[in-house]
Amino acid sequence: MIELDRIALGYGGQDGHPLVLQQLSLSVEAGALLVLLGPSGCGKSSLLNLIAGFLPPLAGSISVNGRVVKGPGADRGVVFQDDALLPWLDVQGNVELPLRLKGVPAAERADTARHFLQLVDLRGQERKQVWELSGGMRQRVGIARALAADPQVLLMDEPFGALDALTRERMQELLLKVWAATGKTIVLVTHGVEEAAFLATHLVLLSRRPARIAEQLRLDFGRRFAAGEPARAIKSQPGFVAVRERVLASVLALDPALH
Amino acid sequence: MDNITPLEIAEPAAVPAPAAPTRRQLPLHSRPGVLSALSIGVLLLAWSAVTARGWIAPLFLPPPSAVWAKLWQLAGEGFMEATLWQHAGASLARVLLALLLAASTAIPLGLWMGLSPVARGLFDPLVEFYRPVPPLAYLPLIVIWLGIGELSKVLLIALAIFAPVVIATAIGVRGTDHNRIRAAQSFGATRWQLLRHVILPSALPEILAGLRVGLGVGWSTLVAAELVAATRGLGFMVQSAAQFLNTDIVVLGIFVIAGIAFGLELGLRALERRLVPWQGKA
Repeated sequence: MIELDRIALGYGGQDGHPLVLQQLSLSVEAGALLVLLGPSGCGKSSLLNLIAGFLPPLAGSISVNGRVVKGPGADRGVVFQDDALLPWLDVQGNVELPLRLKGVPAAERADTARHFLQLVDLRGQERKQVWELSGGMRQRVGIARALAADPQVLLMDEPFGALDALTRERMQELLLKVWAATGKTIVLVTHGVEEAAFLATHLVLLSRRPARIAEQLRLDFGRRFAAGEPARAIKSQPGFVAVRERVLASVLALDPALH
Repeated sequence: MDNITPLEIAEPAAVPAPAAPTRRQLPLHSRPGVLSALSIGVLLLAWSAVTARGWIAPLFLPPPSAVWAKLWQLAGEGFMEATLWQHAGASLARVLLALLLAASTAIPLGLWMGLSPVARGLFDPLVEFYRPVPPLAYLPLIVIWLGIGELSKVLLIALAIFAPVVIATAIGVRGTDHNRIRAAQSFGATRWQLLRHVILPSALPEILAGLRVGLGVGWSTLVAAELVAATRGLGFMVQSAAQFLNTDIVVLGIFVIAGIAFGLELGLRALERRLVPWQGKA
């Protein structure tokens, strides 16, 4: 369970600096797939960095499963848009890294790495070099690496933002599959409205800076996909289209570029 | 979906695909190997021509054949009580010892300066102060302090290598990708683990580049270092030969110095390819 209690964030860390987030409170239960959506530059990535513990809040508190966040920690795995893989390690070496840092014996961490690489459909790619992989494959290595650390929460910062449209759709489906298989709580930042509507169990729309919660929706399209409904069938249903258009209208109304 | 009619697309006429240019078909004048061989060949030819026709006296420029003959003479009999290989060996030993000394101090200091603004503030002015000063300018001071033994020579070369390695290492550390550090932190990495698993490998391409630059500077400081009471070394050999107006040995010495520098550079490039194959790819 993730709880944000009256969070404020301002760059520079002092009063008088422009606020990025203001009086933001939010709570999602364990196992949720929370999607943060908002106009560009609204502070959604900052919010994710707060939960990851990379930034301290100016005011308020954040707790994950009852523990107050005071810095980065192994209970929260992070997947970055630029994948942040280490090119001096091969695919398996990257996935093993969190286990190596914890001092897990070699045989055990090789088993764990293979397990998660299989989960993200990268079986047989273990010995490839990172730079030999496509963008989608690199993101999957990033997801496997984050999962190998066995976090309670998976934080994803625009993980599919740099991928082409088709790869992106496939990655969304893969993510839902991984989510269903592992039962992890996921927080995902995106600026893709359709992506948000499809994946989220909780969709939070942030306003312009200083960001507050503009809208909050509970959705079940992702769950239905995880239960076996085909993705295209879901995405072409009137119910999904209506949600997507409504969220899109809200985002457009908030986008500073259009005012 | 009934209002969608497929566009009629005319069958395109078969167009022969243009043949991909292969290496073989590259015009001769744009192949780098050919160009390099050409420029070296023309130089050698001109050298042979002007010396064979007697346009330049051997005292000023000996013919290539004389230099070539000198190579074998020096390899066998030697010059100033040491063979060419002993001179080259003495120089190489000094430079490699200096490289070892410089790398083992400059890399840790560079890491520290890259990580800590305090260390950067303390040491950056010192490094920047002595770096632009030519080694010949502070050589007398080193001799006054440390005498004319091997230590002064090695130290002079080491100082020349030190600065580029410190600067390159600090730049490499500071250029470490932010998200890679964050990723490791989110796996619970300690400060030491961050350094060992993320920062040091990230900075390795810059460190190796710094060593390449440093080795080049160090090698060119060699002649200056061997000016001082050396009895062996390529710099000493060239200096002594100049005093006896043995121009052929001077020219030969220059070629050997250049050749060894080229060999060291190729060696470090090979090391780079082996240690940082990801460079420029990820």
